[in-house]
Amino acid sequence: MTVLSDYDIATPDGDVASRPGRGRTGGVGALVRSLRTSAPVLPFLTYVILVLGVPTAVIVLYAFRSNTGHFTWSNIHTILAGGQYRAGFETSLKLAVVTAVVPGVLGTLVAYALSTSEHALFKRITSATAGVLAQFGGVNLAFMFIAGFAATNGIVTEWLRPLGLDPWNHGWSLYKFWGVAFVYVYFQLPLMVLIITPAFAGLRPAWREAAENLGASRWRYWRHVGMPVLTPAILGSMFLLFGSGFSAYATAEALTAGTIAVTPIQIGAILQGNVIAGEQNIAYALAFAMIVILLVTVIFYVLLRRRTTRWLR
Amino acid sequence: MAMATDTPTTVETRGASSSGAPVVFDNLTRRFGATTALDRLSLDIAPGELVALLGPSGCGKTTALRVLAGFDRPDLGRVLVDGNDVSHVPAQRRDMGMVFQSYSLFPNMNARDNVAFGLQIRHQRTAQRRAKAAELLELVGLGEHVTKYPHQLSGGQQQRVALARALAIEPRVLLLDEPLSALDAKVRAELRDQIRALQQRLAITTVFVTHDQEEAMSMADRVCVMFQGRVEQVATPSVLYSQPATPFVGRFVGVSSRVAVTRRGDHVEVLGRDVPIRGDLAAVPAGELEALLRPEDLDVTVNPNGLGVVTHRSFLGATTRVGVGIAGANLRVDVRSAQADDLELGTRVDVSVNARDVLVTTRQPSS
Amino acid sequence: MASLEFGTLLADPSTTDQPFADDAPVTRRRRRVHWGRGAILVVAALYFVVPFYAAMAFSLQRPTGGFSLQPLSQIASAPGFLSALWLSTQLAVITMIVVMLLMVPTVIYVHLRMPRFRRAMEVITILPIIIPPIAYSVGVLESAPSWLRSSQYLLAIVYVILAMPYVYRSLDSGLGALDLKTLVEASRSLGSGWISTIWRVLVPNLRSALMSASVLTIALVFGEFTIANVDNWTTIPVWIYLAPTDNPRVNTLVAMIALLATCVVLTLIVSLDRSQSRDSRRS
Repeated sequence: MTVLSDYDIATPDGDVASRPGRGRTGGVGALVRSLRTSAPVLPFLTYVILVLGVPTAVIVLYAFRSNTGHFTWSNIHTILAGGQYRAGFETSLKLAVVTAVVPGVLGTLVAYALSTSEHALFKRITSATAGVLAQFGGVNLAFMFIAGFAATNGIVTEWLRPLGLDPWNHGWSLYKFWGVAFVYVYFQLPLMVLIITPAFAGLRPAWREAAENLGASRWRYWRHVGMPVLTPAILGSMFLLFGSGFSAYATAEALTAGTIAVTPIQIGAILQGNVIAGEQNIAYALAFAMIVILLVTVIFYVLLRRRTTRWLR
Repeated sequence: MAMATDTPTTVETRGASSSGAPVVFDNLTRRFGATTALDRLSLDIAPGELVALLGPSGCGKTTALRVLAGFDRPDLGRVLVDGNDVSHVPAQRRDMGMVFQSYSLFPNMNARDNVAFGLQIRHQRTAQRRAKAAELLELVGLGEHVTKYPHQLSGGQQQRVALARALAIEPRVLLLDEPLSALDAKVRAELRDQIRALQQRLAITTVFVTHDQEEAMSMADRVCVMFQGRVEQVATPSVLYSQPATPFVGRFVGVSSRVAVTRRGDHVEVLGRDVPIRGDLAAVPAGELEALLRPEDLDVTVNPNGLGVVTHRSFLGATTRVGVGIAGANLRVDVRSAQADDLELGTRVDVSVNARDVLVTTRQPSS
Repeated sequence: MASLEFGTLLADPSTTDQPFADDAPVTRRRRRVHWGRGAILVVAALYFVVPFYAAMAFSLQRPTGGFSLQPLSQIASAPGFLSALWLSTQLAVITMIVVMLLMVPTVIYVHLRMPRFRRAMEVITILPIIIPPIAYSVGVLESAPSWLRSSQYLLAIVYVILAMPYVYRSLDSGLGALDLKTLVEASRSLGSGWISTIWRVLVPNLRSALMSASVLTIALVFGEFTIANVDNWTTIPVWIYLAPTDNPRVNTLVAMIALLATCVVLTLIVSLDRSQSRDSRRS
């Protein structure tokens, strides 16, 4: 099967590749024809290569470049060996895991509660709401939470104080790790609900009824059938949440004014010149490391997704 | 299928002393908003009998089955199993085995674990329930596929596993909800015979829902034809076919043609002959009437001055079905193929009724 | 908007667009009220509504107590706001035009003549997820030519890449709903040229896909903070973050308006999607 066979099928007037006996035969002819067929896609490809490909290549190359222009592992070594950058990674990963697991579990519960509802309109509204809330993020979200939960003038803190519930008194701060995690839940949870709900919908009623018919209670059905079937979907979604929490920059920056030591913030600090000169290469190494971590995350997600669709479709 | 064990299993030793329980539907009524799915449905099913619920979609057959299974509660009426009212017993305690239309196997378990599931719920030990499951899978002809997962099995194989799973709990009643509808014609035919053979061997009371006449007629001891939530007729397949009690049954079961007739006392004039009216004369409606005629109730003879014209013909093997236009009606007549050579399209023919009596009903506007 | 990139792109579009399947008829008559599940939903609802309400209250509060809409009027006169608004608007328009010009012909062509390339397109549009904006900007700032590096329009060029996945997904599903080959063949057999076919036949049928793609692009540009901040340009999100005002309520108020606008915009998209799928099912 030559490369052209697909393309031939798609030609409405057959003027490009399929006219028999036209043009050169053999490998060169095929190449020329396939170039002609793909010509209209070139502007797009060029744009992507230039605007996405080149910067990415730069990151990968410069991550291994020393100040004198030679290949070196030292940048990678610096960020991983110890010190603030390694601490930054650890904090980032910790934040990503926390904001993947907690909203992951809670989101699953919410999705479960929603899936058992019998009111179609209610479900539509909540799905739209989840879609909207999942897009909240960045500066706007940070300001919303600052307005609500700031130590002195936060509306909610003011409500809670007379009740004797003051998280600030107990060492919690909106502007530190657990504050950031608290805010992240706001968009991670709806994201989880959005992603996992189709999986609940994929649970066939026949399974539930067959289990019931064979004598299983609701709990036993979930234990033996429901949860095992959903687990790949839930885990896969948590990987997505992990990636989302790991790569987020805007929310953390706006909320903590850049004070929290996570990798995206550290990159931002270097780019804005807030660090010692000559550390430019570190930024590339950091960016490269982020990309690698996210690549691994996506791979896990894709693998789990395959298992999910095998059972739930 | 040969059993490997020495001691026969409990499943196998059930013989004529049937383990099936009698089932009674007593005046079941179920409404969904403005639609009435079941309308005072009453039916008695004998132990060990296979009764098919047959009817067009929306007739209530699936609802009736689900009420029996416990997945739905009737608004009025009750369900009796072995003499006990089970209307308030939850589905999981009704001890009935159900086979669903498709894809009801648990995807995360292999065939053996699926079949063993009911036993697992009943706290049987692992080794014991696995052995039982393996046996049952042998019984349905899937002994070599014990560790396969549902997605590795074909549709027919999946339904056989589902059947084994339902039988594993040794139910009093077996419920089948259009189990063959999602399968290819060939697989369907094979499975039909296997299910029937198994059911008879185990003598389990079975309720089988289907919209496919052939299935119902070939498998069931009795067929219950339903329409709009009501029982139209319950009878053995042959009685149903030859003596339809209502016009709906006459039209729904088998092929029939309709022709306008005029009443003459206890006869009607059909195609120039007087034929007795079948059944209760008092039940014959007033007004314009038509007769329902089966293809084998009619004879056709070539006659250049005949009033009928051959309009089409279909070769069905041993018989040829000939369509004749006559007296404003389109009649379908079955003729032995060997004698059908003269009946080309356009031939003029005579048609006559050879039935002993005819079913008569209100004339419908011709479609 | 990390979540926007990560989750909604990778999750199967066919399912997240309509996450709740059409309901099977209700057969269970037992009307058990599920207290546990109801409680879960109530708590979730509270968690999401309370901060929103709190922030609205904060921004509209009067120091002396009570609420007033006065801060709304202070927005326009806040220092730097108008120029930030102008910058964001320019960038949004340029990005939208470029991304549409780039993507619409490409995606149509791929659907029509290069179906195998769709797989490659999907991979390409997954890349902005694996390469998050903060990492991406590292490479951009280094590799951009100096004349672009000092211009705010660099942002627009970069935003095209960020918007690309959403636009592709919109167009891809919009085109998927059409019987493209038949439409094009019918149009061409009646004598219409290519451009005329695209303009008169395809674009009108893609109206809602184009709408949602445009709206998503605009929402993205107006919400993008990371690259703008790192490159020191004051777009609206950057302004909210950085701009000093006498009244901190103003910044918060603008943030809340932006959030509300996001809500409205996304609800519009959802209802557009619905009406298009309804129309195509009818025809």
